[in-house]
Amino acid sequence: MPKLEIHSALEKRILVLDGAMGTMIQQHPLEEADFRSTRFKDHPCPLKGNNDLLSLTQPEIIKSIHRAYFDSGADIVETNTFSSTSIGMADYQMESLAYELNFESAKIAKEVAEEYRDKTPDQPRYVAGSIGPTNRTASMSPDVNDPGFRAVTFDELVTAYKEQVEGLIDGGADLLLVETIFDTLNAKAALFAIEEIRAKKSASTPIMISGTITDASGRTLSGQTVDAFRISLSHIPVLSIGFNCALGADQLLPYVKRLSKQSDHFISAHPNAGLPNAFGEYDQTPEQMRDLIEDYLKQDVVNIIGGCCGTTPEHIRLIAELAKKYSPRNPKALLND
Amino acid sequence: MTDFKKKPLRLSGLEPLVIDEQTNFVNIGERTNVTGSRKFLRLIENQQYDEAIEIAREQVLGGAQIIDVNMDEGMIDGAVAMTTFLNLIAAEPDIARVPVMIDSSKWEIIEAGLKVVQGKCVVNSISLKEGEANFLAHAATIKKFGAAVIVMAFDEEGQADNLDRRIAICKRSYNLLINQIDFAPEDIIFDPNIFPVATGMEEHRKNALDFFNATKWIRANLPHARVSGGVSNVSFSFRGNNTVREAMHASFLYHAIKNGMNMGIVNPTLLEVYDEVPKELMEYVEDVLLDRKEDATERLLEYAEQLASTSKTRKKQDDSWRKESLESRISHALIKGIDSYIEADTEEARLKANEPIEVIEGPLMDGMNIVGDLFGEGKMFLPQVVKSARVMKKAVAYLQPFIEAQKSGDKQHAGKVLMATVKGDVHDIGKNIVSVVLACNNYEIIDLGVMVPPEVIIQRAVEEQVDVIGLSGLITPSLDEMVYVTKELNRLNIDIPVLIGGATTSKAHTAVKIAPVSKSAVIHVNDASRAVGVVSNLLQKDKKEAYTLKIREDYEAFKAKFMSRGSEKEYLSYSQAQQNPFPIDWDEFNPQRPKTLGTQTIKSLDLELLLPFFDWTPFFRSWDLHGKYPDLLEDEVVGEQAKVLYQDAQTMLHQMIEEQWVTAKARFGLFPVNAVGDDIEIYSDENRSKTLGQWITLRQQLKKTKAQPNIALADFIAPKASGKIDYMGAFCVTTGFGTEEKAKAFEEANDDYSSIMVKALSDRFAEAFAEYLHHQIRTEHWAYVSEEGLSNEELIQEKYQGIRPAPGYPACPDHLEKKTLWKLLEVKETIGVSLTESLAMWPASSVSGYYFAHPQSRYFGLGKIKEDQLVDYSKRRGIALEEARKWLNPNLAE
Repeated sequence: MPKLEIHSALEKRILVLDGAMGTMIQQHPLEEADFRSTRFKDHPCPLKGNNDLLSLTQPEIIKSIHRAYFDSGADIVETNTFSSTSIGMADYQMESLAYELNFESAKIAKEVAEEYRDKTPDQPRYVAGSIGPTNRTASMSPDVNDPGFRAVTFDELVTAYKEQVEGLIDGGADLLLVETIFDTLNAKAALFAIEEIRAKKSASTPIMISGTITDASGRTLSGQTVDAFRISLSHIPVLSIGFNCALGADQLLPYVKRLSKQSDHFISAHPNAGLPNAFGEYDQTPEQMRDLIEDYLKQDVVNIIGGCCGTTPEHIRLIAELAKKYSPRNPKALLND
Repeated sequence: MTDFKKKPLRLSGLEPLVIDEQTNFVNIGERTNVTGSRKFLRLIENQQYDEAIEIAREQVLGGAQIIDVNMDEGMIDGAVAMTTFLNLIAAEPDIARVPVMIDSSKWEIIEAGLKVVQGKCVVNSISLKEGEANFLAHAATIKKFGAAVIVMAFDEEGQADNLDRRIAICKRSYNLLINQIDFAPEDIIFDPNIFPVATGMEEHRKNALDFFNATKWIRANLPHARVSGGVSNVSFSFRGNNTVREAMHASFLYHAIKNGMNMGIVNPTLLEVYDEVPKELMEYVEDVLLDRKEDATERLLEYAEQLASTSKTRKKQDDSWRKESLESRISHALIKGIDSYIEADTEEARLKANEPIEVIEGPLMDGMNIVGDLFGEGKMFLPQVVKSARVMKKAVAYLQPFIEAQKSGDKQHAGKVLMATVKGDVHDIGKNIVSVVLACNNYEIIDLGVMVPPEVIIQRAVEEQVDVIGLSGLITPSLDEMVYVTKELNRLNIDIPVLIGGATTSKAHTAVKIAPVSKSAVIHVNDASRAVGVVSNLLQKDKKEAYTLKIREDYEAFKAKFMSRGSEKEYLSYSQAQQNPFPIDWDEFNPQRPKTLGTQTIKSLDLELLLPFFDWTPFFRSWDLHGKYPDLLEDEVVGEQAKVLYQDAQTMLHQMIEEQWVTAKARFGLFPVNAVGDDIEIYSDENRSKTLGQWITLRQQLKKTKAQPNIALADFIAPKASGKIDYMGAFCVTTGFGTEEKAKAFEEANDDYSSIMVKALSDRFAEAFAEYLHHQIRTEHWAYVSEEGLSNEELIQEKYQGIRPAPGYPACPDHLEKKTLWKLLEVKETIGVSLTESLAMWPASSVSGYYFAHPQSRYFGLGKIKEDQLVDYSKRRGIALEEARKWLNPNLAE
């Protein structure tokens, strides 16, 4: 893989990823009509809650969120495309919009990034195309009485992901972030799709992968240990590997450490702002989260750090300030063992 | 050998498998292969995936680090079978933890497999057979799926059959993969073809030697690549002579591994330890493998013939272990379960020891620890372990008087486990087996026996300060009993982990109904081999908390999944279900009148008459040997042990018959009946002058697809409105009188093996009796068929006309029907079989049920029913709704 600009940046410092998109959207009192705008005013089903659609219907809100994160010091923002596959959009009868959603989301994020590239030329900003796991699992059955059943096949996932990846690359994404991987087979389908699209377009957009450890068992939802997860996705060169979501920074640290010890890739982590309370809300303060993240930096286990559910620009601001004080983990150190 | 640092091969299932230069030979499980195992093929052909999964499980438990899955058979759709099987094993964490080897000669099957495996698997195999373009296209796809690959030494010309061709093809394949498509070299595994030796053909003389040399060359010259192969091929010409085959495999592996072979498919039952092969035999074998002598093949053949003729006397020479040291004699006796010398050896050990207790803590426990380890590794099977326990108990019993005389105190146990079959239930074979296995692992067992009331369980648990409580039960009402006991323990703040086991228990029931009522750990243990691991995790202070938490989280997740699934099922209302009965045209059918109506008693049947009706498969299952009889006896993993168990069973069986250990009694009757709604009225005579009682049947309520009926047993009986009188029967058979006394006597003689055996055989007699009597009913008493001429196998497959469903089983899960049956046939008064408060039959080795004769009558599962049917049922049964709910609880939809 040719050495890209982001490689040199990662060798010099710890890069900061943005925080939650959903949490920020919730701060805008958006109603059904706002989600629809004029374009979808006659759409046959309710659209409130389809956050990814806002890239088309309320692009200024999405741009303002990207700006808020860049302002707080983030180097990388994620596109508003976590669920923008034909599979994820099926809930809203919007399968046919998948390409457009990805294209537009990448485009607006890129526009904002360019603004900041001009403003702070010594801190280049990047756009990571967010590729979520979809709402179906390829290696687990949703029906305990029929363990052989699958709600989605590998081929269906590849088709959906290809459309998403093509939209993201065409829209200008600098990176592709396959994240919140709860079933490794879904991620394998995403990587399969990325390979095909990159070959088709002769593109070399770097890949970041980020798994999710569901609970204290230390395994993914589909049952793999950290090492098994890493090995299962080792066939394609990636920029970084890491974990996000499900756990707070303190619960996630042991698994990131394990990965950091075993992998010669850059390591990423974007944990939640603690565990949700009884109402499903995250109440870890920016200061609390920063203190927990400091352990990651002290122990020299990450190259890319950010936030997932419940994190805000304030969280990211404190994390970004902290990250400046530490040097990045050297992934090649492993090879010298 | 080489100066480059070899990159490890990393594979994964749910857990990683890293193969580097320190890794020992990696054993690939080969039983889940339709071309290699007739049993597996039959299971796949018959869609018996549950049993097919068990084969995979046995492989992994038996130590396979990778499992090879092959579905290449003309009669099955290989791609579908591969997808289905891999999807199913993905749901079994104890199987899915190891990587899969997708084995096929058809590309579409390989691709189907690659699409359903989340871990990094191995494709077996690709080759240059169809040219470079094809080879590279397949390899590129495999790379995109993130799998490793086995490359066969095969090209456009055919298989490589000498050293030069092996080297040339492997080198060419390697260079293509590395240079053309950038395939990771550590993900390449070569199979340089293992071919038979000693075939008598000149060109086969160097087959083994060429493999060794090719292996060596590959490992030295093709950086990071590895070597695999199917070992049993080499001894193909000695099929039928296992002594030679075992020796040949041992030697072949020894040399192949020395030359750098990393992994392979080896049948563990056809493998001897290299050092254990007699020197002379090894000399002959290696002359052939290494092509050391011109006439090596002839000499080995000659020697093999001699071996075959003397092998019958081999057993008698096995006493050589008596010449070894005392310690190794004791462990040998324990491992092999030989009790003939144990008292003498124990005495010798006692004289050598300072204190008699040291004999237990020293050589005896050392031996049992080996047994425990071997069992844990899947190298010993349950019947062997129970035999080992028998030897141990004998030794301990011998020492007991000496220990008491010295009052040297109790021996140290790893922990105390209370075991009980819950109130109202009498089944204890499984519980006894778990007790024995735990005792073997140095746990002290407080066995409270059967029908133990909850307050006794709780009181004894507290008094004895036990560490774990094991609850067992076979009939469905026991499930509620277990919930109750656990709830009580929790209410009284007694924090002792509870293990749940027995035929009707399940992880689902435990997770949904039992675990939530308690703060303490509640764990479902489905077989004896798991019990030790679970108890040991619970008793280690540093592990307990994390383990308990893990189980709880697992169960909660399981419960959440289970609950969310429940709501998806669709049910018909009871009246809709009644509108959709099993369709029988009663105008066209005239019920056959039985030859004899009314009740009859058999006071004592000659047991020998039951032998032809034996179904052995469940017998082996009760000993944790899974598989179908008689194929099981030839099974490569458990076959040998199954044979020994079968021999022992036969010996006891004949003793049971000759010495009349048990009495076979039966009570049965045939009656005029008619269906009225979902009830069946039983009449004193064909004029319906008096109603003797009624069967209350339950109807399926789950919404069916494609015009399938919602069946109730009443559908198989002519309705009163048809104007025709119909008939049905009822029966109870027992072979349990005498069993308990024998079992106790064996227990007192410290012989758990025989105690469990006599119970298991009594159960088989009872089932055989039920089969025998059904046959008599069909051909003699009711005589609705003349001579059937069915084989025992066909009987087991229920190929006859008519059914004999039993209350408490899937077609009629309502145990209360037994009360009607007991009253109608006066079972207790005539043959003495009684019902416990949970309506289990006592003695346990008894079977009761109904007879239906209609040619379309068939077995079915009731499944879940809804509240509306429950309300209707309680009215028909004349009991309170809450009581009805209690009895039918396991069948109520949420």
